Amino acid sequence: MAQTALNQKGLPPATDWKKWLGVSPFFLFAILFLILPSLRLVIGSFTNAEGQFTIANILQIFQEKNILDAYWLSIRISAATALGGGIFGFLLAYSVTVGGLPKPMRSALITFSGVASNFAGVPLAFAFIATLGRTGFVTALIKTLFGVNLYQQTDFDLYSFWGLSITYMYFQFPLMVLIMAPALDGLKREWREAAENLGASTTQYWLRVALPVLLPSILGSMILLFGNAFGAYATAYALTGGRLGIITIQIGAQIRGDVLHNPGLGYAMAMGMVVIMAISLTGYSWLQKRSERWLR
Amino acid sequence: MASEKIRKVVAMNLLARIRRIPFWSWIWFILGALYFLLPLYATANFSLRMERDVIGFKAYIRAFEDPEFLKTFMYSNMLALMTILASIVLIVPTAYWIRLRLPEARRVVEFITLLPFVVPAIILVFGLIRIYSSPLVIPFTNIKLLQPLTTFEVGTDILIVAGYMVLGLPYMYRSVDTGMRTVDVRTLTEAAQSLGAGWFTIIVKVILPNIRAALLSGALLTFAIVVGEVTLASFLGVPAFGPYLFLLGQHRAYEPAALSFASFLLTWVAMGLIQLFTGGQGEVSGAH
Repeated sequence: MAQTALNQKGLPPATDWKKWLGVSPFFLFAILFLILPSLRLVIGSFTNAEGQFTIANILQIFQEKNILDAYWLSIRISAATALGGGIFGFLLAYSVTVGGLPKPMRSALITFSGVASNFAGVPLAFAFIATLGRTGFVTALIKTLFGVNLYQQTDFDLYSFWGLSITYMYFQFPLMVLIMAPALDGLKREWREAAENLGASTTQYWLRVALPVLLPSILGSMILLFGNAFGAYATAYALTGGRLGIITIQIGAQIRGDVLHNPGLGYAMAMGMVVIMAISLTGYSWLQKRSERWLR
Repeated sequence: MASEKIRKVVAMNLLARIRRIPFWSWIWFILGALYFLLPLYATANFSLRMERDVIGFKAYIRAFEDPEFLKTFMYSNMLALMTILASIVLIVPTAYWIRLRLPEARRVVEFITLLPFVVPAIILVFGLIRIYSSPLVIPFTNIKLLQPLTTFEVGTDILIVAGYMVLGLPYMYRSVDTGMRTVDVRTLTEAAQSLGAGWFTIIVKVILPNIRAALLSGALLTFAIVVGEVTLASFLGVPAFGPYLFLLGQHRAYEPAALSFASFLLTWVAMGLIQLFTGGQGEVSGAH
């Protein structure tokens, strides 16, 4: 740092490699605590019990029905909550930014969103058991108001797909609010004024100007939500005690004690998750580039 | 012609009036508030009913009396603080340097900051355990630099803070970078330099205050990730609040509900305070 400071004061500009020194701590950190651990799993998934190269682990994933089911369940839950949380979170962010609600509403919502995403994991599971569990508050409320017993007269179960999805939504849509509120602030007033001067209605302004500008950022954020739910472990574990076999719970069991009786298969399962995440990340970064075009 | 103009004016007046009463905004806001508050109310309600037919704080007293509670809770808060500080020290200079001097590094750094989405907590801890449960050796030699990080307390603390930094990286980087996007980093730097400020002074006294709203939201998200975190904490075996609460939930009913609600309230108070301190900043960022 001292070196570059000198350069700023009239000495010749730093050479290329010296410029890169400025970001070297970041790269060192990333290699030590992110790249190396991930590489270890990749290598492990291509290694058999004797330490030789193999692709048998990868192939075996596609033959184990319970592993495939676990992936599929995780994908469905993540997609449902990313879509639901994304749309609802956007509408909330809209309502407090350009939607015209008073300023205090905005700071209340932003603060609450920060807290609500903190409310993931074990406390969240406990809260939803108290809310929608068999003896939960809302369960009882629905019974009194509508005379419907959720657990006897409907298929609803907190420890199922929908139950877990509703629970995940509690941290999904606040995250969307936190991400989208600044993006909505980035909508320039001039755009709206220009649209109105050209005779556009509010609907036209939103459909033709605001949403196209925001869309990459909305979709990108939804992909973030997808990843957020797909990688979630603690909430599901605390809520269902491992009964709902999503992929992270299966992997957790594998870390605790080789339940598949094949460490390589465990690594491969982890890598499969990474691959699914990587596909969505590619979509995300493409969208991110598009959104930078307008929302700088 | 004239009638069309009048119609337009009437329509615009109507539009303006509709916009003044943001009906749908209120609907969304109320729905959101319900989704936020109902589970909290239910938890609070449940936690107050430990004794039959009596509303009281018995579950809270029981929960707080447990010395394990205070120990694990303080520990988790400390981890969160360390994570936030270390993240700021690592990320702010990096993001700043990229914006100012090294735009060609932007793509690769952004790519890395997004990797934690590809490698979620459960996968990360899997890899961390596999790597750092063996001693740190200089490659291609037998020279041991360090005993396995997972075998001693400070080592595990370093490992878990590093892991939390990784988990928070996308959020922290995103918000810091967005913050730097809205202030003109280059002009600020040139102005500071012309007044004779060095790099350290520029970052600490010029850049940091200007992006404090962004830092705060990044810190809030990091805090949100760390304090209730269970995955890394339980697999690395540290005495954090998350695993404690989880175990408590296995054999108790009312105390965990009480703790869930109490921890929610505490963080709410903390964040409310932060909001209060930076209230002015929010106004500025909303005004442009």
